[in-house]
Amino acid sequence: MATRRLGQQTICLPMKPAICAGAACVGPKEGEGPLGAVFDRVMEDELYGQQSFELAERQMVLDAARMAIQKARFRESDIQFFMGGDLLNQIISASFAARELAVPFIGLYGACSTMSEGLCLGSMLVDGGHADHVLCVASSHFCTAERQYRFPLEYGNQRTPTAQWTVTGAGATLLSLSPRTAPMARITHVCMGRVVDLGVTDANNMGAAMAPAAADTLLSLFEDTRTAPTDYDLIVTGDLGQIGRSLLLKLMLEQGMPLKENACQDCGLLIYEQEQDTHAGGSGCGCSASVLNGYLLPRLQSGELRRIIFMSTGALMSTTSSQQGESIPGVAHAVVLESPVEKGKN
Amino acid sequence: MNRQKIHTDPIHYNQLTKQVSPPSKLGQGLLRSFWVGGVICVLGQVIADVGTGLLKMSTTDGYCLTAIVLVFLTAVLTGIGVFDKIGQYAGAGSFVPITGFANAMVSPAVEFRREGMVLGLGAKLFTIAGPVLVYGISASVLVGIIYAILYH
Repeated sequence: MATRRLGQQTICLPMKPAICAGAACVGPKEGEGPLGAVFDRVMEDELYGQQSFELAERQMVLDAARMAIQKARFRESDIQFFMGGDLLNQIISASFAARELAVPFIGLYGACSTMSEGLCLGSMLVDGGHADHVLCVASSHFCTAERQYRFPLEYGNQRTPTAQWTVTGAGATLLSLSPRTAPMARITHVCMGRVVDLGVTDANNMGAAMAPAAADTLLSLFEDTRTAPTDYDLIVTGDLGQIGRSLLLKLMLEQGMPLKENACQDCGLLIYEQEQDTHAGGSGCGCSASVLNGYLLPRLQSGELRRIIFMSTGALMSTTSSQQGESIPGVAHAVVLESPVEKGKN
Repeated sequence: MNRQKIHTDPIHYNQLTKQVSPPSKLGQGLLRSFWVGGVICVLGQVIADVGTGLLKMSTTDGYCLTAIVLVFLTAVLTGIGVFDKIGQYAGAGSFVPITGFANAMVSPAVEFRREGMVLGLGAKLFTIAGPVLVYGISASVLVGIIYAILYH
């Protein structure tokens, strides 16, 4: 009998694994965005001193991973699991970065939901006593994603208003039960999402494809933990963008669990300015990964945010499935993060 | 369980999606493609006139020169990373003239060069222009056959 399960989908983590450190490495466009100053490293150009964009993405993952390990005052050999993924075929960014780190590797693919998928699995490993220190990563790169999913970079096509911009960025989060530095946050619950598909076929409107999965996971989390949206300072989704976020708000309203507009933010909307011409906002594994590690974790550490839901959202299609006319299934995994700072009032 | 509702009503969801998804700006798109497309065509006419007038070429050679110059300019602009910005702004305005075709050939060449000359550049060169060629040539063959049957 699994004793740590709450309801259908949620798992309670009684040991409350700590996030010891997080690091984010992003591209130049993200560096010019409103969060530019919070990232650990902003690349000067998209090639990052490498021969190809794929190598640049791999280097970003590696740099973010090493920065997180260093910030937490660990050594690479202390890490017992390195887990993560990206958007490229056969998740080469994560697995080739793992080649350099020489740490047991678990490759993940959850499309853009990979960051929270990793946090869910990693924190369960730590909480269950299967590992002391786990490093979770996720990354995406505009130039590698574009060529794999869409058109060559220099092709002069027009993007639709609902299209999103793949974030160039990587984030790494180090989980542990015995942190050597003051923890940034603690994970109290994780909620693994179901795959939900309401028949959206437009690959240029992925926010709409993912919003039902986000709503489904949120409703399950609230039901399983007997909480309500008001119990959280912030509900942060991964990369729903403008359209997906509006749809999530509408769906939650219809389900009788309305979210407060200002307590529901989206990493894809936080990372770019309106003027940066990204249309509906940012997307990609690196979107939620970099915003979590660069922006949200420090705010939890300072106690500015007390308790949040971090939920990356993924669209699980491939170019083949889209060309064969299949609709786009979405998935969303949620983690509940609490600030380590204790305050008098609730 | 109320959350099951999320799984059961794709038609309603489709309506919701349509409500919140902004449509393409038709007026702005038309205007931009009109003026950029117009400028490219005027440029083409100038090149043709220079060819037939100043350089004393035949009409056929003049048009040939136009195509060569426009394709060359597009290739250079694609190579230095400017043409995709023009395309994003102008849409069909830069896509419909011969410039669009040149861009469709050069951009995969630039993109896939890293995978090697044969399996990269060679194999991927026609990824965008390929369908246009296949159906363009097929259609012209078909029309040619019909023409031959009807008039000869």
